[in-house]
Amino acid sequence: MKTIYLDNNATTRTAPEVLEAMLPFFADLYGNPSSMHFFGGQVARHLKTAREQVAALIGAHPSEIVFTSCGTESDNAAIMGTLYSYPEKKHLVISRVEHPAVLNVAHHLQARGYRITELKVDGQGQLDLEELRHVLTEDTALVSIMTANNETGVIFPIDEIAAIVRERGIPFHTDAVQAVGKIPMDMGRSPIDMLSLSGHKLHAPKGIGALYIRKGTRFAPFVVGGHQEAGRRGGTENVPYIIGLGHAAEFCLAHLEEENTRVRALRDRLETALLERIPNTIVNGDRQHRLPNTTNLSFEYIEGESILMLLSDEGVCASSGSACTSGSLQPSHVLRAMGVPFTAAHGSIRFSLSIYNTEEDVDVVIDVLPPIIQRLRDISPFWQDYVDGKPMDAFLTGGDVAHHVHG
Amino acid sequence: MWDYTDKVKDHFLNPRNVGEVENPDGVGEVGSLACGDALRLTFKLDEQGRIQDIKFKTFGCASAIASSSALTELAKGKTLEEAEKISNQDLAEFLGGLPEEKMHCSVMGKEALEAAIANYRGEAVVKEDFEIVCKCFGVTDREIERVARENRLTTIEEVTDYTKAGGGCQACHPKIAHILEGLWGKQPPEPAEQRVAAGKKLSNLQKIRLIQETLEREILPPIRSDGGDLELIDIDGDKVLVALRGTCSFCPQSSFTLKHFVEAKLREFVSPDLEVEEVKP
Repeated sequence: MKTIYLDNNATTRTAPEVLEAMLPFFADLYGNPSSMHFFGGQVARHLKTAREQVAALIGAHPSEIVFTSCGTESDNAAIMGTLYSYPEKKHLVISRVEHPAVLNVAHHLQARGYRITELKVDGQGQLDLEELRHVLTEDTALVSIMTANNETGVIFPIDEIAAIVRERGIPFHTDAVQAVGKIPMDMGRSPIDMLSLSGHKLHAPKGIGALYIRKGTRFAPFVVGGHQEAGRRGGTENVPYIIGLGHAAEFCLAHLEEENTRVRALRDRLETALLERIPNTIVNGDRQHRLPNTTNLSFEYIEGESILMLLSDEGVCASSGSACTSGSLQPSHVLRAMGVPFTAAHGSIRFSLSIYNTEEDVDVVIDVLPPIIQRLRDISPFWQDYVDGKPMDAFLTGGDVAHHVHG
Repeated sequence: MWDYTDKVKDHFLNPRNVGEVENPDGVGEVGSLACGDALRLTFKLDEQGRIQDIKFKTFGCASAIASSSALTELAKGKTLEEAEKISNQDLAEFLGGLPEEKMHCSVMGKEALEAAIANYRGEAVVKEDFEIVCKCFGVTDREIERVARENRLTTIEEVTDYTKAGGGCQACHPKIAHILEGLWGKQPPEPAEQRVAAGKKLSNLQKIRLIQETLEREILPPIRSDGGDLELIDIDGDKVLVALRGTCSFCPQSSFTLKHFVEAKLREFVSPDLEVEEVKP
């Protein structure tokens, strides 16, 4: 059975050329870049190149790039590093749909006396920028809002948001883990102060990330140790992975146009065909402002984990915002924040493509998914009632519907 | 990915008895779309009062569908009195086990059967008489207490795994804690392995597992902290054969340690019939 991998927002294939570039740094070139001898020094030169490659992908200066262990560390470092720098300020602004790497850091801080504002989103997953303007205060230490949502692919007008925050003299961080490598990012033209990115979302391996810190931004190190990364992140550099991230950045830059043309067309074809062939299918999120590789679809009256299991049986890898896939009991916080109807919230499936996907991959899904959905609807007690036009009784809604959807 | 047994996968991929029985004698509906899983169970009795036909329709994850399928297989051919005795543990066992977080799927199956039987007997399933503790998932105090008693649940986390109660906004956690306290008092019930030791006969597999667990948890840490060690060689009926290592191997008190410490611990935690013997190299 062929593996059809459509879960690239979860993680991506390490590009073979990236892996190739990393290998010498496990074997022959094992020196410590901080060492005062030729053997370490030659490694430092490669590190410098990697820093330039990553900077080039987001239009930054190489000195503004700090390598970290992952996207989550970058987010933690940005938030905590800023709070350490403004110890008198106790207010943090995020959105309700942030990744747990930001959301749970905020909740953690809330338990320690910080005031947290979570900006709401509308049914399309978009923010109300007036609300943002309204909540900023003298006490606000940091605003952290993601560039693109991992579940829906919805892109926020991040430069506009950053400009609003900058106007008030407040630092601004964005978790751009899902955006970097998929859409053009240019720190030269953007007012963003800090930006997190993650290697394994852009064809580097897991275990490497970076934080962009604009020159002049107040920042205290989160991981405290040696002088590495210009004193902004202690710990001996993870050389092979940094080299890998550099090559992956170059790889993504070279494929950025393909991502926004061919991959986008594949995604659109998949989405359109599924909407045509499967009744009661809903697109979650703003289709006009969305990553080119992501589609999040809800199939009404059935549950996401069951869909994933049957897809998996056909070799198709995707993910779901259903409660059952997470081990929690409530569907995705993103879909709930958007107020996705309760008939659809549990039946969401996210397909996220990459440049490695082909027309054939999409054809398989278009072929196998409609019968899977029908099969589960035939088992579901609600589908036939819906088809027959029976009224939705308490069995269906569970009574307090508004609570479930917006809770 | 969930670690489902082959039996769960089989009953999910090839569910038995899907559908609705025509002109059913009993109908049970539990769960809801908003909660993420729901089950409609219908059955028909034959002249002898046995369940002749039973079918389900389920909205939910793989384990919810598999639990429903298992329920129909277990209930078929039984009288209502027999069917009533099917517990959620029976469903989980039939499927070769369910992940802890998915035990609520087996509870849902059991409740659908109860509801269908009550429907047949003309009893209304009354939730109104009881307090709804978990407002996120509509779980009553009666339900939490019953499931906790039947499954010997002692923590809020376990109650959530089995009933969903407390898995949403968590505002009801103090109430769940109160119910558990009322059920078990301040002292939680004895852990599972000790109950087994006191009561039922152990299977060989259970015995071996318990002996290993007890060695790791109770016996080896103090021995190792004295520089000694002990290796489990074999288990022959009630004979536990061990070899002494490290400082124990030449300690003159080692036979005393074996009798009064190792054997005593194993008798306490596994079975009073066990005898420990040393295997010499």
